[in-house]
Amino acid sequence: MSHHLVEARNLSFSYPDGTPALKDVNFRITHGESVAFIGASGAGKSTLIHHLNGYLMPQAGEVRIGEVPVTRETVSGIRRTVGMLFQDPDDQLFMPTVSDDVAFGPLNLGLPRDEVDQRVTDSLSVVGIEHLRDRPPYKLSGGEKRAAAIACVIAGAPDILAMDEPSSDLDPWSRRQLIQLLAGFKHTKIIATHDLDLALDLCERVIVLHKGEVRKDGKTREIFSDEEMLLECHLEKPLRMQT
Amino acid sequence: MHMADALISPAVGGTMWVVSAGMIAHASRRLRKTLDESHIPLMGVMGAFIFAAQMINFTIPGTGSSGHLGGGLLLAILLGPDAAFLAIASVLFVQALFFADGGLLALGCNIFNLGLFPCYLAYPLVYRPLAGKNTGARQVWTASVVAAVLGLQAGALGVVFETVMSGISELSFKAFASLMLPIHLAIGVVEGMVTATVVSVVRHAHPEILRHGSGERLAGSSYRRVLAGLLIAAALTGGALAWFASAHPDGLEWAVSGITGREEIEAPKGGVHAELAAVQENVAILPDYGFATANSDGEAKTEEAAWPAVSAGTTVSGIVGGVLTLIVIALSGWVVKRRSETRKVAAG
Amino acid sequence: MSNLEVHFHEIGVLDRIAAGDTFVHRLDPRSKLLATLLFIVGVVSFGKYEVSALLPFFLYPVVMAAASGMPAGLLGRKLLIVAPFALLVGILNPFLDREILTAIGPVPVSGGWISFTSIVFRFMLTVSAALLLVGTTGIHGVCFACEKLGMPRVFAVQLLLLYRYLFVLADEGIRMFRARSARSFSGRAPGPGLYAQMIGTLLLRAIARAQRIYLAMSCRGFDGAFRSRTPVGWHVRDTAFLLVWAAFFTVARCVNIPEIIGSMFVQ
Ligand SMILES: Nc1ncnc2c1ncn2[C@@H]1O[C@H](COP(=O)(O)OP(=O)(O)OP(=O)(O)O)[C@@H](O)[C@H]1O
Ligand SMILES: [Mg+2]
Repeated sequence: MSHHLVEARNLSFSYPDGTPALKDVNFRITHGESVAFIGASGAGKSTLIHHLNGYLMPQAGEVRIGEVPVTRETVSGIRRTVGMLFQDPDDQLFMPTVSDDVAFGPLNLGLPRDEVDQRVTDSLSVVGIEHLRDRPPYKLSGGEKRAAAIACVIAGAPDILAMDEPSSDLDPWSRRQLIQLLAGFKHTKIIATHDLDLALDLCERVIVLHKGEVRKDGKTREIFSDEEMLLECHLEKPLRMQT
Repeated sequence: MHMADALISPAVGGTMWVVSAGMIAHASRRLRKTLDESHIPLMGVMGAFIFAAQMINFTIPGTGSSGHLGGGLLLAILLGPDAAFLAIASVLFVQALFFADGGLLALGCNIFNLGLFPCYLAYPLVYRPLAGKNTGARQVWTASVVAAVLGLQAGALGVVFETVMSGISELSFKAFASLMLPIHLAIGVVEGMVTATVVSVVRHAHPEILRHGSGERLAGSSYRRVLAGLLIAAALTGGALAWFASAHPDGLEWAVSGITGREEIEAPKGGVHAELAAVQENVAILPDYGFATANSDGEAKTEEAAWPAVSAGTTVSGIVGGVLTLIVIALSGWVVKRRSETRKVAAG
Repeated sequence: MSNLEVHFHEIGVLDRIAAGDTFVHRLDPRSKLLATLLFIVGVVSFGKYEVSALLPFFLYPVVMAAASGMPAGLLGRKLLIVAPFALLVGILNPFLDREILTAIGPVPVSGGWISFTSIVFRFMLTVSAALLLVGTTGIHGVCFACEKLGMPRVFAVQLLLLYRYLFVLADEGIRMFRARSARSFSGRAPGPGLYAQMIGTLLLRAIARAQRIYLAMSCRGFDGAFRSRTPVGWHVRDTAFLLVWAAFFTVARCVNIPEIIGSMFVQ
């Protein structure tokens, strides 16, 4: 299915205050791949992720989802294809209860009531939080919030999941749960993360960003073995590969 | 300076409710036409911000007391008057429900005092003309301080008016106003300074947001409608005042008639009474008129005519009955609690 | 912890109680909202010297609290926290209105004391009724009811958003305040200059958050309209609830029940 393709061609972007964040970025991610974007703080990971569903529009070059370039006209269709998980789940859970939040996307798709209810139930059970259904989001723990946010995203039935720091603020156990959950998804996965161990577990391919540029793109194991390059990009080998 | 349910009459509370609800409907209608949908979360979050900002206190220079940001003017500058009015109204709504600050009936008064004045009076009529198109720091400062002071003074006057008109508190208009206005002058100056500083911070970081708020033009016709709304509000409140004044005899006159009705009552001397009198002189809150004896039938009757609910004759039965009523209520509460608990146990 | 901070944590408690499942919780939010409004109007419509006739109105909060499992301690604490303004204004009454209106046995009572007592009772009644409304309905329910009764959508939506982010932002505010207190040795509140800077920082964070929330909404197809599913419906029990209380309030408003009871014993 070509429409799971994610492609950046000569993508560049600077913030309004003049900060250059992306410089001539190129990559092509095919159906079913799991790819991690890694890089030091300020490398441009979040900026890149924000281009994938049209929150930010390319200033030069283009981003394509499937065969469709991301533009103001195509953005609403693209947002149905690309589900986005935010760095702070509080930003994503804005409704009074978890189930309202999960229903938000399907309701906006104009689905009938019973189908919305079905999707809510399914999504909650996929991430294993049916018991949190009627809880207000601000009363949840960090891990529960993350799970609820994932349920919201998958309720929209996207083909591609884009995630920004999915494992930040999680304790080791919740992090492990999250990795297992994500490993079970068949979607194309694009993960921006500092958590190199998570990248090692979930992704067969890694793209290293450094100061807004693609520094390296290749197989996970190979990239994590290149200590010199990692050091140059202010990164460290995953703990599990050390010693 | 929240109004409280306990201090207002239904006439005043109801009138202000109608006025405030009308303003909310008006603001919502106008917003629906012009609103950029990215403003919906912004309004909600700004309301939450006002809450958070109120968790931090500042010291009012020279007084040693502390205050916190009201935020009406700031929101009007950031969001424009309609969105700001709705945001402030929702802050007050949540405060009334969860913090029990003010109360549900007084909510209309509070929205009027703290939302309408800064958003529809201080901002468009004072801040905008003074600040003009200039973004110079001095203009913004002057405009903010003047607008904040005027907005808060108007709000404080609102509190005084509503309280006095309700007639539950004994404070006279003059006494209450001379208490409230100076305090709110100081608070207003600080509020203006804080608003100006915060506005300049936002102008640096997010110029596009300020464009939203102040770039929006108040169209002539809708502006006139706001003014008309205010006039109607004033007329309604005036009407309520008149109605109230006629329903309740003037406090002073009534007090005088009460005094003349009791002139012959003699205070028994000595014993408990003398002691009480001594206490009374020291405490001075106790009545300074002689001690009444509740034995004259005729008197109880004349008094009943003046104010039936408080005649001495009915007081005793009122108290006895009151205690019995409370006992019955407590018992019914206990029974209901028992029943709902046993049901829970049975269900669980 | 500041007073506000304590206050604030208690919102959480109210929220937890609102998630309960009793007869009162299951009622349609509209019937509870209407009953509460009738109650408040009934209470405040008495003359300022009315005391005894207010007492039967305590039946409503007492029964509602008992039936919904609202802890009396919480109600009491809340009442104490918000008491100052009403009481400050009210406590002047005994100074200003020293006219003797009646006597309890040998002790004369001035109009000021009577009206002050009346203010205290009104205050307890109206505040506890409002707290019981949210405690048994939740902000979501109250908003739903208001919307059904004509509150504009935009207003309801941003009210719910406000409530949602209250916790997040207040947390940021409290943390910032703590960080400042940790670095200042005077223990006093900051002056206006520093205060404005703190507020400014808080505001910038809030704006950034609003932008992220908007992004999250538009990622899930938000187009300016809020669609919601509201499963509550009006049942016979709601009509009954409303009618019974409305009848009681009417009777209690028109007839001084304690006085009638009392006169049976005192004559
Ligand atoms: N809203 C903004 N305005 C201006 N500059 C920004 C903005 N957001 C990010 N930047 C800048 O753009 C660059 C890339 O930031 P980005 O957030 O994409 O980094 P990141 O790799 O996600 O970092 P982190 O790992 O810390 O999340 C940084 O230099 C940052 O300072
Ligand atoms: Mg980032």
